[in-house]
Amino acid sequence: MAIVTPERPEAPAPEQPLNVPVRFLRRPTGYTPGLWGWMTTVDHKKIGIMYSVSAFIFFIIGGLEALLLRIQLGGPDQTFLRADTYNQLFTMHGTTMIFLVIMPLSAGLANYLLPIMIGARDVAFPRINAFGFWVFLVGGLFMYSSFFLGGAPNGGWFGYVPLSRNMPGHNMDYWAFGLQILGIASLTGAVNLIVTAINMRAPGMSLMRMPIFVWMSLVSQFLLLFAIPVITVALFLLSFDRLFSTNFFNVAAGSDPLLWQHLFWLFGHPEVYILILPAMGIVSEVLPVFSRKPLFGYQVMVFSGIAIGFMGWGVWAHHMFATGLGPVAVSAFSASTMFIAVPTGVKIFNWISTMWKGKLTFPTPMLFAIGFVAMFTIGGLSGVTHGVVPGDTQQTDTYYIVAHFHYVLFGGSMFGLFAGAYYWYPKFAGRLLDERLGKIHFWLMFLGFNMTFAPFHILGLQGMPRRIYTYPADMGWDMWNLVSTIGSFIIALSILTFIINVIKNRKPQEVGDDPWDARTLEWSIPSPPPEYNFKEVPLVTSRDELWHRKYTEDEHGRSVRREVMLGQEKMPGTEVEPSPAEGHESPDHVEGGDDEHGEEHEPHIHMPSPSYWPLLAALCLPVICYGMIYKTWAVAILGGVAMFGTLYAWALEPATAPEDTPVHGPDTSGDDREAVRV
Amino acid sequence: MRRNCRLAALSATLLIFLAGCAEDAPQDFLEPQGPVARQIDKLMDPVFIVAGIVFVLVQGLIVVAVLKFRSKPDSPEPEQIHGNTRLEVGWTLAPALILLAVAVPTIATIFDLSQKPENPVNVTVIGHQFWWEYRYDDLGVVTANELRMPVGQPVELTLNSDDVIHSYWIPPLAGKMDVVPGRSNRMHLIADSPGEYMGQCTEFCGASHANMRAKAIAMAPRDFDAWVAGQRAGAVTAVAGTPAEAGSTLYAQKGCGGCHTIDGVSEGVLGPNLTHFATRTSFAGSIFANNDANLRIWLRDPQAAKPGNKMIIPGAPLTPDEITKLTAYLNTLR
Amino acid sequence: MTDTAVTASSGSHTEIEAGHPPTSTGLSNEKVAMWSFLGSECLLFGALISTYLLFKGQSTPGSIGPADVFDIPYTSVSSFVLLMSSLTMVLALAAIQRGDHRLTRIWLLTTALLGASFVAGQAYEFTVFVREGMNLRVNLFSSSFFVLTGFHGAHVTIGVLMLLSLYSLSLRGKLPASKAETVELVGLYWHFVDVVWIVIFTLIYLIP
Ligand code: HEA
Ligand code: HEA
Ligand code: HEC
Ligand code: CUA
Ligand SMILES: [Cu+2]
Repeated sequence: MAIVTPERPEAPAPEQPLNVPVRFLRRPTGYTPGLWGWMTTVDHKKIGIMYSVSAFIFFIIGGLEALLLRIQLGGPDQTFLRADTYNQLFTMHGTTMIFLVIMPLSAGLANYLLPIMIGARDVAFPRINAFGFWVFLVGGLFMYSSFFLGGAPNGGWFGYVPLSRNMPGHNMDYWAFGLQILGIASLTGAVNLIVTAINMRAPGMSLMRMPIFVWMSLVSQFLLLFAIPVITVALFLLSFDRLFSTNFFNVAAGSDPLLWQHLFWLFGHPEVYILILPAMGIVSEVLPVFSRKPLFGYQVMVFSGIAIGFMGWGVWAHHMFATGLGPVAVSAFSASTMFIAVPTGVKIFNWISTMWKGKLTFPTPMLFAIGFVAMFTIGGLSGVTHGVVPGDTQQTDTYYIVAHFHYVLFGGSMFGLFAGAYYWYPKFAGRLLDERLGKIHFWLMFLGFNMTFAPFHILGLQGMPRRIYTYPADMGWDMWNLVSTIGSFIIALSILTFIINVIKNRKPQEVGDDPWDARTLEWSIPSPPPEYNFKEVPLVTSRDELWHRKYTEDEHGRSVRREVMLGQEKMPGTEVEPSPAEGHESPDHVEGGDDEHGEEHEPHIHMPSPSYWPLLAALCLPVICYGMIYKTWAVAILGGVAMFGTLYAWALEPATAPEDTPVHGPDTSGDDREAVRV
Repeated sequence: MRRNCRLAALSATLLIFLAGCAEDAPQDFLEPQGPVARQIDKLMDPVFIVAGIVFVLVQGLIVVAVLKFRSKPDSPEPEQIHGNTRLEVGWTLAPALILLAVAVPTIATIFDLSQKPENPVNVTVIGHQFWWEYRYDDLGVVTANELRMPVGQPVELTLNSDDVIHSYWIPPLAGKMDVVPGRSNRMHLIADSPGEYMGQCTEFCGASHANMRAKAIAMAPRDFDAWVAGQRAGAVTAVAGTPAEAGSTLYAQKGCGGCHTIDGVSEGVLGPNLTHFATRTSFAGSIFANNDANLRIWLRDPQAAKPGNKMIIPGAPLTPDEITKLTAYLNTLR
Repeated sequence: MTDTAVTASSGSHTEIEAGHPPTSTGLSNEKVAMWSFLGSECLLFGALISTYLLFKGQSTPGSIGPADVFDIPYTSVSSFVLLMSSLTMVLALAAIQRGDHRLTRIWLLTTALLGASFVAGQAYEFTVFVREGMNLRVNLFSSSFFVLTGFHGAHVTIGVLMLLSLYSLSLRGKLPASKAETVELVGLYWHFVDVVWIVIFTLIYLIP
């Protein structure tokens, strides 16, 4: 998936300043082509695409790391990797997959879709949005730079102290500072999306009409809002210990190492729901569309999502069942852990009921969505078995746990995200992905996934601990490890199919606005959407707004096309519908893009102007961190001052440059719309 | 039909799952060898069954939905059902009740297992990167890597750490307990019958975490007492004129004593106590069987044998001749 | 579910053009953002304060402790100064809402000065402590004390910078009464930082 600069054949040439330096310092205005356009964009859709593409690249990197791990573990007493290399790889694999893959993929989708689904033209703070993306990217690159600067983090993805405090080298410094940078990205993103969802809904889009994906993203952004500061504190304490020899995790000075675990998991457990809730939202969008039925029990789905969000704060110590907390504390956390299965179970049964009595079709997004429900259930059930504390003292830190979290993270989050990728790809790119390749992708992945991770259950029960780079031959673990290693290569093959699908599928296609006959507002606008999303802010009258614009119900409660109901002959199929919300325009006006007569009442839509300050501000962060890690304070201070300067300049810059040319609504419909093609 | 394949695949997975557990795996915790582990196993059996039932139910419903409601050319548009409060309350309450039924015995077992055993053998276990030290303070015995215990009698472990967090685990005998510096966690084990039980450190503790294995050797009470008596005796002195004597000289010259204790010879504390080294069946975190070949590997280059461990021989490497002599000496330390 | 076709309200056009889209809650985006951010900050300080409370009593016995260094009267005065600054902040907001720019500037500057003297007082307190032999690395109490109060001091400093920025904007005539909300937002932050100090002062200095 490469970033391709938007084609815009008929766009007026942007002003070309005379000399280059001036061009560099000038604020780009209006439409900016090429790389510079991407670097200065504040368009939530472009930012969403950049998030997704970068996260996907990190996914390949994290996956390649996993393949190396699997090669090493394919048989007993292997010498493919050295012990420390192995430790670096599993630490970076876990950290990458969680912080650089699933979180940004969810952030990317939410960025792209959340504003459109609530009928907004952008997020609340477009420049902060861009800042969040750049911070994420430089944070990831910063952490990966450690591979070339003396070794990557090697203390595991939850960096238990005192080990991570005592480890020599800068490996764990990169981890702590890298996560700190990524935290800033998540926090700004959370504030932005929360404000957007709360404040920028189109008229009529009440909270209980919000698409469920918006709801689940909103809950997970709230979780981020409150979880990030907790890990921020933990990481500060660790970094102060490492840099300034404070005593927070110095056992000799009387510290209790369990403080780290409490802080980390107080963040870490809400974090796992941050990873799954958006995927649950996606599945809740996809299943109804391909069942041609509304989501079963919308309210309950919303409330169970919120309940999961709340309960997620009360279970963190289930990661510490073997640390010796005492029977009372442990019993309380055991019970709370089990009962979190209740709201999750409601979701599972409601999804199945959504399919029940529907008219099911199985294009690739639907396959992934069903795969999600099936595979996530397996992971959830093993999760409940961990909640039984005495059992968990046997299971913890074995591959049985590794099986649990790959089933929920890969079988859950990744399957959900792939469902979303196939489902919304036509909206993003204006092209459908190839169905044949898509199905090959799904079935290969389904097979490979189960072949890789189902054996982990067995290995765990047979007592194979996690995070071991080698094991002897007489443990009875050889066969299942080999099966798993083979499975992991099948997953790689399936991912390759996906990549080929995206690359191969470059021919322009006419997919129309609404190829799936879907239910929500993003399908009411062109694919790909124009920069301003909606020519006119839509007025929302119901949940599943688009569906209700297209369909009404007959006396049996079955959907009937409005035209059919009204006795019209012509079936527009999946073409752009004459949207009732734009009622006073004639249908051909909307479709033809021939809008002389629309001119006088169309507003000038002012979109926020591009800005390079977000990028520059983000670039200061690694400078500060390198300065701190290597204790070259001058560099750190320089970075701090630069950061301060950029933020100041940014604050003084108006959101929309005064000289900026407005995006002219009607001019941009038709084929020269300012859209982003992937 | 694809879905049928999937069902078949899933049930196959489940079967393999069960088959897998029967395989010969010394650390398998589904085959408990003592009352503590057995109590855990008894608790887990019904939980696994409940999970299995829910699994079959959910996957079954999915498969039925997919088969039954797939779009056919003549299917009408479906009825737009928005929900059903009765059903939804039902599948909120049912799992809650099932979980309640699981929670009660769970909590009972938690409290049961946290009870102190009666008349135990007390052992202090100290986790080091990357080996275990065992101190039987009541009996005046210090040893490493292998926990010796009498059959049938509870062994109460007090877990301390010298450096980072480790986790002590002998799966056939009991669940694991973390070994946290600055804290003294407790756990107890009981073995039904004599034998060697393999285990492992399960909290990531650095480069050689994988090489920090553990071993419990349960013996008939009489054998255990004999073992204790042997351990309490002083160190054997090497017979003059043998390679072992040359080895004992080398032991002093090479600075081994700086890190190792041999009663009456040296008092180092960084490494395992070697006073009765030759009575141990394995060494270096129980990754090596105790024999000449392995000792040679170890002494030639401990870092290659066990990456990142804390044994650094001053003036290394040792010559093959020196290694022969040291090995001979170590073999006499009964 | 109603199924009526509805036409878009044309009223929203002009407002979008003016750059002020109406919000769903009626509150401005900036205000909702500030409240969310402060919610997040609560957990930041919550975690720091918990760390302090957990660790203050766990220092190695015999090493320096709260009773050895705290000068409660001194800190009470600087706490009072910070508290007063909340009052002047309220006055600044009232002034700009009335459109009284002279008073706005006076109160903004007073607030900034009060805040700055609190930070100066804290810096002085730190130097005294260091002279008495308590630095970041002495023991658990010292580490957690300095980090907690240091984080708070950094927050006050950022607040002072924001106040001074507002002051300079106002001087240059760039803070019209229509931007009173900016002052209100800075005020929200400022009051939050104050309240946090009350909590810290009570928990750290007053409760033994
Ligand atoms: C997407 C991420 C995700 C999700 C959603 C979950 C969901 C759950 N997790 Fe998981 N978990 C992780 C990611 C996740 N987890 C990770 C990454 C780790 C390891 C971290 C590390 O150590 O590296 C971990 C570790 C972990 C542990 C610690 C294990 C250990 O280290 O010893 C525990 C312990 O209780 C646990 C429990 C649960 C439970 C009870 C749920 C529940 O939310 C699941 C609920 C769902 C269901 C139960 C299925 C559907 C329900 C029904 C069909 C209803 C009927 C069911 C019943 C009546 C049982 N998880
Ligand atoms: C979302 C999260 C996520 C995902 C998707 C994965 C995916 C995979 N994980 Fe994951 N894993 C974790 C999260 C995740 N993991 C976490 C949190 C840990 C704990 C870490 C810790 O203990 O600290 C862990 C630990 C972990 C371990 C345990 C290590 C240990 O304890 O010693 C193993 C072992 O097999 C493993 C394997 C795999 C495999 C084989 C995949 C595969 O599914 C990967 C598949 C992807 C690919 C194979 C990429 C595709 C590549 C190509 C298509 C190549 C072609 C490209 C070009 C030619 C350019 N993982
Ligand atoms: C710098 C300290 C140090 C020195 C010097 C040292 N050792 Fe060690 N030794 C250790 C440590 C630490 C271990 C435990 C390694 C592990 O298993 O991780 C160990 C383990 C051993 C073991 C295995 C013991 C067991 O039961 O697991 C033997 C045997 C041994 N050393 C012999 C020697 C000899 C002989 C010398 C001198 C030539 C020597 N050591 C010098 C620190 C040292
Ligand atoms: Cu000790 Cu792992
Ligand atoms: Cu958890």
